[in-house]
Amino acid sequence: MALDHDTKRDFKIIGTRPLRPDGIDKVTGRAQYGADQSAAGMLVAKMLRSPHAHAKILSIDTKAAEALSGVKAIITAADFGDMRKGEAMNVRDHIMARDRALYDGHGVAAVAAINEATAKAALALIKVEYEILPHVTEIADAMRPDAPVVNAGFVQENAPKGYSENVVSAHEFGHGDLAAGFAKADKIISRTLKTAATHQGYIEPHACLASMGPDGRGELWCCTQGQFYIRTLCAEILGIEESQLRVTASEIGGGFGGKTTAFIEPVALVLSRKAGHPVKMVMDREEVFKASGPTVSSEIDVKIGMTKDGRITAGQAELRYQGGAFPNMTNWLGAQCAFAAYDLEAVNAIGINILTNRPKQAAYRAPGAPMAIYAIEAVVDELCEELDLDPLDVRLKNAARKGTKSSYGPTFDEIGLVATLEAAKIHPHYAAPLGPNQARGLSCGFWFNFGGNTSVSLGINFDGTVGITEGNPDIGGSRASISMMAAEELGIPYDKVRTIVADTNSIGHNDVTDGSRVTFAVGLATIKAARAAIKEMCKRAAKMWGIDEDAVIWEDGYAKPAGQNAGEFEPLSLAKIARKSANTGGPIAGHHEVNADGAGVSFGVHLVDVEVDPETGFTKVLRYTVFQDAGKAIHPDYVEGQMQGGAVQGIGWALNEEYIYGADGKLQNAGFLDYRIPVASDLPKIDTVILEIPNPGHPYGVRGVGETSIVPPLAAISNAVSRAIGVRMDQLPMSPPRVLKAIKGAKG
Amino acid sequence: MVKVEIWGSLRNATDGQSHVEVTGATFKQILDALAQDYPGLRPQIERGVSLAIDGQIYKESWFTPVHPDSEVVLMPLMAGG
Amino acid sequence: MKKLHINTSINGNSAEFLCDPDATLLSVLRDQLNLTGAKEGCGSGDCGACSVTVNGRLVASCLVLAAEVEGAEITTIEGMAEGEVLHPLQKKFLEHAALQCGVCTPGILVAAKALLEKNPDPSETEVRFWLAGNLCRCTGYDKIINAVMDAAAEMRGA
Repeated sequence: MALDHDTKRDFKIIGTRPLRPDGIDKVTGRAQYGADQSAAGMLVAKMLRSPHAHAKILSIDTKAAEALSGVKAIITAADFGDMRKGEAMNVRDHIMARDRALYDGHGVAAVAAINEATAKAALALIKVEYEILPHVTEIADAMRPDAPVVNAGFVQENAPKGYSENVVSAHEFGHGDLAAGFAKADKIISRTLKTAATHQGYIEPHACLASMGPDGRGELWCCTQGQFYIRTLCAEILGIEESQLRVTASEIGGGFGGKTTAFIEPVALVLSRKAGHPVKMVMDREEVFKASGPTVSSEIDVKIGMTKDGRITAGQAELRYQGGAFPNMTNWLGAQCAFAAYDLEAVNAIGINILTNRPKQAAYRAPGAPMAIYAIEAVVDELCEELDLDPLDVRLKNAARKGTKSSYGPTFDEIGLVATLEAAKIHPHYAAPLGPNQARGLSCGFWFNFGGNTSVSLGINFDGTVGITEGNPDIGGSRASISMMAAEELGIPYDKVRTIVADTNSIGHNDVTDGSRVTFAVGLATIKAARAAIKEMCKRAAKMWGIDEDAVIWEDGYAKPAGQNAGEFEPLSLAKIARKSANTGGPIAGHHEVNADGAGVSFGVHLVDVEVDPETGFTKVLRYTVFQDAGKAIHPDYVEGQMQGGAVQGIGWALNEEYIYGADGKLQNAGFLDYRIPVASDLPKIDTVILEIPNPGHPYGVRGVGETSIVPPLAAISNAVSRAIGVRMDQLPMSPPRVLKAIKGAKG
Repeated sequence: MVKVEIWGSLRNATDGQSHVEVTGATFKQILDALAQDYPGLRPQIERGVSLAIDGQIYKESWFTPVHPDSEVVLMPLMAGG
Repeated sequence: MKKLHINTSINGNSAEFLCDPDATLLSVLRDQLNLTGAKEGCGSGDCGACSVTVNGRLVASCLVLAAEVEGAEITTIEGMAEGEVLHPLQKKFLEHAALQCGVCTPGILVAAKALLEKNPDPSETEVRFWLAGNLCRCTGYDKIINAVMDAAAEMRGA
C-alpha cells in the first residue's frame, strides 16, 4: 500500500470532544454485553476443571451426570475436531485437556443443563481419575534439563541447547560490536530483574450464547475483541466452514488483549450441537483468573554501559518469558522492544520462551514490552544515579529519533520520542519539590502499533445522513472516532453519521481489535470509503449540471464546480445529492478494503512521584503525568482515557498485581480480593500531555495509542521507589513486604 | 540485488551473515528468494515473518515494492493486545 | 427445593417473583426480571458492577439473597433516568467521557448517586474512597471522579 503523505492539517471535527454514540445505552444499563443475551429454550453450560497443575487423565466417567434430570449434553476433548497443528489446535487444547491436564483450572469436561444449579450438580457427578504428574510453574525450574516436560513437541530449531524441552524458542536482535561498546563505558551495570504474571483484569468475564442447528449452521454471540478471528478459531475447532457460523460481537466489557482469543466459545457451540438447544456459557471470576490468558512472567538479565557524560555505549539483555503450557510470541516482541527508545551503536537482546504448568498467556497491552522496557529502564536509571546524571537529560542524549537504526533493525521515520521527553522536561511536574521519603521516577515506553486487514462500508442515506458499517468491537470509544473521521472527510456534522459494529456476515473480514490498530486502520479505511462516496457524489453533481465529472470538486460537504471554466452552478450539498440519488443512478455508497501497513510507532514518557512509608513498605503514588505521541488525537477524551487507563494498569502491575502459585502448582489468589487491582482511592489524578507528531502513514496522522501507555509505569515506579528508599528494587510487584525487606536488607 | 538484514537467531541459516543479498522487487519475491537461497530460513518463514521496508513494517502484503537501495529487515510476525 | 414467593418494589414498580432460597438478588434481577443493567463481575462483592440500592442502602446485589428483599424498595440503573431525562450523573458521565467499555458504569452510577444522596458536597478524596468498592479497569478513574464532582456541583446549584 502506498503511504498517504498528503496529511491533512486543518480540522473542523477532529480534535473536538463530541459525545459517544453508544454512551446513552451504557449509562442507562441498556447496552448488551456478553452475558446479557438469552434465547428461548436456552441451556446453561458449566465446565469441570482440573484441580491439579499437571496430571494424566486416566478416565472420565460421565454416566451418573448424564442420568441427572435436566442434563442435556456432556462433552470432553473427544468431542472436538482432530486437527494436529496450528494456533487453533493450541487454543482447543488449552480450553479442554486431551489426555493430560496442563494447569490448575484446565477444562476436563463440560455440561449443558436446563439451569445453572443442575449444571453444577452434574459437574459434581462426573468422576475423573487422575494420575498426578510432577509440575513446574516457575521459569528457572522449568528450564533445568531434568525439569518435568510440560508439553512436548514445540521446540524450534532456534531453541538454545542444554535446557529442558520446555525451552522452546529464542530470538535474538541487535547490531554493532558489544565488546567494543562496553570497552568505551565508564560504568557498566549488570542486573537480573523479575516481573510477575498479571491479568488483564477486564471487569466482564468471558460470556457467550451459542446456537447450532442440526443443519450444521451456527450463531454465536460473545464478548470478543475480534468476531472474525473467533469465527475462524471455532470453525477450525468444530471442523465446519466459516460461512456456516455467524459471530456477533456483544458490547465488550474490557479486553486489553485478553479477549483476542477463545476460551469458552467452541465449548458452547459443541454443547449446543450435541444438545440441540441454544447454550449460554459465562465464566465466573475464579475461572477467568485460572483458565483465561494472563500475561507472561519474566526474568531478564540486563547489562548496560555508560560514559561519565551519560552516553550509552552498549546494551545487552537476555529475556526469559514463561507464558504457560503453550508457546507464544512475547519473547521476540519483548526482545525487539527492549532497547527501542535508544540510539545505540551496539545492542543485543535475546528473548527466550519457556513452557510451564500455567494457563496459555494471551496478549495484554503491548505484549512482551512492559517487562522488557522495565528491565532496561531500571538499569539506565541506576546508571544515572551512580554517575550523578539527570535521568531525563540522559534519555534525551540517547533518544532514538528520525534516522536512528532501531534496536530491532529498521531505521525510524518521524517519531515523537524527543518531543515527548522535551515536553516532560519543561513540565512543572519535573521541577516540583519533593518531601521526605518521596522520590520521582521516569521511564520511556514504546510499542510498534499495527494496521492489518480492514473492511469498512459507508452508505449515503437518501435523507443526507450517513451509515458506517465496520467490524471491530468498540472497546473504548472507537465508534465516536470513526464517525468523526467520516464527518470530517465528508464535510458534514458529526451527528449526521452513525457507526455500527457488524457481525461476520455483514461486512468483509476485519482483523482483531488489537495492536492499537483500530483508530489507525479502521479510520484510514473509513476516510478512503468516504473519499469513494465523494467521488460518486461529484459524478452525480456533474450529471445534474451536465458537465464533466473532473470539473467537480468536493469542499466542506458540497459539490462545487472546479473553477470558472466549469460553469456557474449553485453548490450541491451532500443532502441534496443524496435526496436525488434515486434519480441520478441509485444509492450512493463508498467502501474500502485494505491490509493496512504504515502504522506509526508510538513513544511515551511517564513521570511519577511516590512516597514510601519506611515502617510498612507501602508505596503511595502522589503525582503522575503521562506524555505520549498520538500522531493526531481524533477524540482527545478517549486518547487521554487510553493514556490514563494504561498508566493505572501499569501502576497495579508495579505495586500489587501478581499471580501467586503455591508449591502445589495451584493458583493461590484467583479473585479480586487477593489479586488486587488499583481502586479509585489508591490513585492520584493521572495528568496527560498529548503530543502530536503526525504519522506519515495515515491521512490524518493517527498513531495507535492504546498500548504504549502500559509500558512505562513499571520502571517509572520502580525507579521512584528505588530512589525513595535508597535501594535498587529488582522485582515486581513492589508489594509492601518486598519493599520492607529491601529497606531492612540495606540497613543490614 | 537487495540487501536484507537477518535477525540474530536466524544467522545460523546464513553462514553467520547479518545481511544477505537476494534478487527481488516485491515483498513476496524477497521472501521466496530468501527461502530458496537459504533453506535454513524456511521453517521461520513458514511460521510467519514480516519485512520492514524503508522503516515501515509490512506483515503480509506480497506486492509491496522493494527497490535495490531499500533498507530491508526481516522480522518475526507480530500480534498485539 | 421449594421456591419462595417474594413481593418487592423495583424502581418504583411493584414486582413479585419466585426464587430458590439460595438465589442472589443479582441473579433474579438479571435472569428472571430481565434487568441486565447490573453486571456480575466477580460474584464475591469485590467489583461493585452489580451495585443496586435496597431501601436506599447501597449493596452488592451478588451478596444479597433475593429472599431478603421481601417488602423492600430496590433501585437499579434502569430506574435512574426519568423517561427521556438523564440523571445529572449520567449526563456528566457522557460529557466527561467517564466510560470506555462501560461495563462498570451502571454500578458506579448507582454508587455515586447513593453517595450524593448522603453527601451532596463531597471532596474528591471522599468520592475516591466511596467508589473504592467499584472497580474500573479502563479509565484509571480520573474522568469518573471529574464527572461525579461536576454532577455534584450541578445538583447543588439546581
